[in-house]
Amino acid sequence: MITYEFLQQYWWFLISLLGGLLVFLLFVQGGNALIFLAGKTEEERQLLVNSTGRKWELTFTTLVTFGGAFFASFPLFYSTSFGGAYWVWIAILITFVFQAVSYEFQSKAGNILGKNAFRIFLMLNGLLAPWLIGAAVGTFFTGSAFVVNKDAVADIGAPVISRWVSDWGGLEAVANGFNLSFAHMVMFLAIVLGALYAINNIAHPTLSGKLRKSLLKSFILFLVALVLVLVQLLTMDGFAVNEAGVVSMEPYKYLNNFLEMPVVLVMFLLGAVLLVAGVVLTLLKPNFNKGIWLAGPGTVLAVIPLFLIAGYNGTSYYPSSADLQSSLTLANSCSSEFTLRTMAIVSLILPFVVAYIAYFWRKMNNRPLTNEELKETESY
Amino acid sequence: MVENALVDWSRAQFALTAGYHWIFVPLTLGLAVIMATMETLYVIKKDEFWKQTAKFWMKLFAINFAVGIATGIILEFEFGTNWSNYSWFVGDIFGAPLAIEGMLAFFMEATFFAVMFFGWEKVSKKTHLLATWMTGIGASISAIWILIANSWMQNPVGMEFNPDTVRHEMVDFWALVLNPVAIVKFFHSVFSGWMTGAIFVIGVSSWYLLKKRETRFALASIRVAASVGIIGTVVLMLSGDGSGVLVAKYQPMKMAAAEGLEKGGECAPFSIVPGVEIPGMLSILATHDINGCVPGIEDILNGYTDHNGISYPSADEKIAKGKLALEAFKEYRTWKDTDPAKAAEARKVLDENVDYFGYGYIDSPEELVPNVPLVYWSFRLMVGLGCFLLALMVFVLWAEWKGKLTSMRWLQWVALWSIPLVYLAGQAGWIVAEVGRQPWVIQGLLPTKAAVSSVSVGAVQTTFFLFVVIFTLFLAAEIRIMLKAIKEGPKI
Repeated sequence: MITYEFLQQYWWFLISLLGGLLVFLLFVQGGNALIFLAGKTEEERQLLVNSTGRKWELTFTTLVTFGGAFFASFPLFYSTSFGGAYWVWIAILITFVFQAVSYEFQSKAGNILGKNAFRIFLMLNGLLAPWLIGAAVGTFFTGSAFVVNKDAVADIGAPVISRWVSDWGGLEAVANGFNLSFAHMVMFLAIVLGALYAINNIAHPTLSGKLRKSLLKSFILFLVALVLVLVQLLTMDGFAVNEAGVVSMEPYKYLNNFLEMPVVLVMFLLGAVLLVAGVVLTLLKPNFNKGIWLAGPGTVLAVIPLFLIAGYNGTSYYPSSADLQSSLTLANSCSSEFTLRTMAIVSLILPFVVAYIAYFWRKMNNRPLTNEELKETESY
Repeated sequence: MVENALVDWSRAQFALTAGYHWIFVPLTLGLAVIMATMETLYVIKKDEFWKQTAKFWMKLFAINFAVGIATGIILEFEFGTNWSNYSWFVGDIFGAPLAIEGMLAFFMEATFFAVMFFGWEKVSKKTHLLATWMTGIGASISAIWILIANSWMQNPVGMEFNPDTVRHEMVDFWALVLNPVAIVKFFHSVFSGWMTGAIFVIGVSSWYLLKKRETRFALASIRVAASVGIIGTVVLMLSGDGSGVLVAKYQPMKMAAAEGLEKGGECAPFSIVPGVEIPGMLSILATHDINGCVPGIEDILNGYTDHNGISYPSADEKIAKGKLALEAFKEYRTWKDTDPAKAAEARKVLDENVDYFGYGYIDSPEELVPNVPLVYWSFRLMVGLGCFLLALMVFVLWAEWKGKLTSMRWLQWVALWSIPLVYLAGQAGWIVAEVGRQPWVIQGLLPTKAAVSSVSVGAVQTTFFLFVVIFTLFLAAEIRIMLKAIKEGPKI
């Protein structure tokens, strides 16, 4: 029976899935973060730019679809978070906007700012975008300073439903230790994935060796951030919501969510094992270059549960630290049953979309990228 | 209290983003069809010339495409950052087309663009051709969904107000998709892209003719572009006619503003420029009937009865009904959990006046009139330039067919300098559509001033100027890179 509640859960799962895919596809950003760190010669940098440059639009599109899906299924989140955490979202957007043009412009004559400027934009996007996205997602567990009052619509002079209480427009999120740990975790994960993808996609022994060194460093930093996140997440009080929709603080809420939803816990552990296996095999075996195909799916499997424990099992996924009862839950922030049902039907097209993306991904990646290919065919 | 300055700066920021976005999108839409046609000729004729011709235009396409994407993502997220109240109040309806656009169109564009640009040696000829067409089709599908969303703002259908959730909710998805305004707007916008792409290709090709280089390439490009452009502009004009009828029906104030019509009625005249009118023409254009009633600004503000005997209330009456609806909404919210009888009474009053809900936020009838001179002159610019550009394309194609184009240098100059004109026409069209519907963000339901986010004026001013700098930098870089690429020329 497809009930309203089922549709809310279904859509939260889709948001979680898109979130997982987005974090995996942040390998594009991670690869860009390495342009100057791993790429020491022009040839190496050009290879790195062209490697992620053939996939950046998928990351971009996933981000846009993630936003669109949130808008369609949980419009009160879209309204409250984007309108309130103004500076965080604007900063994320600006880094992506610069990225969008930088691939195309960086090596073209007449680009005004010069090649290195556009590569620096790519690197800044590579570091800042995952960091900011991580900080924003961290607030799903720690809360944000907003108030929601739907009766305000009758106030002719100021009919705004959602109001941000802090003057910092969302930037206050980075003053929270958990959010900071989360931000670093996502950033280092993106670099790990970027290194793994480039090792798989580029045929260049010298660059490959440098990428493996970067992989080791970023993986250690990722593990430190991951441990910090997990220790805090599993010991913190969480935002519980009862059947009447009343939100209250519950000790060990997120640990309880894992334990009360064992499938989600198993998914997280499986994802973590795959992710670690992908990295460790790459580090231990000099000829092994398929780590991304373990770590990538592992990332998706590990990220989905983080979203699920934020929204499932009677949890407020976007809590308010200013007014507990303004916190957003799946039930109080979702679209109408008709819209969720209609959009659920539309979402059935997603497997078809994934299938054609996978087909053409294989076609385009069947041979690793070489310096010769860049000289002989179209390239950035 | 929502400050007027906040509303104005938020509008300015959205207009800036949308205006810049519409510099890049129409060229994407038009160039996609032109280069796909060229590649089709390559596959059919097996002539390397057509491959290189297509590849040259693809190079320019790619430069333009990137900036279109950059401005597009800001537009989507601005609905949340700057128009958060709007996002909740109608997000139940408006969010759906945006999500579908992402799932259906953006992934298609992203996947096939990479195949089209980098896949010449990686996939077969036919698969590559498919990728080129799919990139263009993806762009058009994207246009369908965002225009469905925009058209719903011009003519809201398929929803009802729910005072419990305090928002409009979708009740009929197909009414949204098959909204007549959306259908006409799709053809009008997408085919204006065909015209833009065609004029761009003709203009650049004319530069080669002026420089007496790449002659075969230039003439072949002109033939394809002019053919695509003429087809596109004919559809553009037919859909423009349909758009006029729908605007007159659903947004009479926009029509009155576009005509500068203070007092209307039956057999209304069409103003070519102030003081020069064609009697009865506006009635024909707006209603397809010379005796059709087209109300003027004063008629709409004072109330009027049309040629079918239907009476429309005055602005004051609408505002009064709107205030009644808002008050009833407030009452309903107060009593819904404690006094069902009082809540039911309030609900009845709300339901009776809900069509005028948005008028409750309006302070005076004058607020209901958009910027008439801006809309009036933008409309003339759009139509005038559209007619001129169609004539230009027909003439250029005729001259090429007769073998005279290479010797007609004046025509080559005109074609070259028509490139900025086609952009001017496109921008003017959107000014008519968007300024003309003010003060409404959703016609009759939600005024712009009730749709903004609760952010500081300073924050919006800062991001406005930030975007001015970024977009202008991108545009300057794009133009410069394109000029260099054009100067370098195709590899034929």
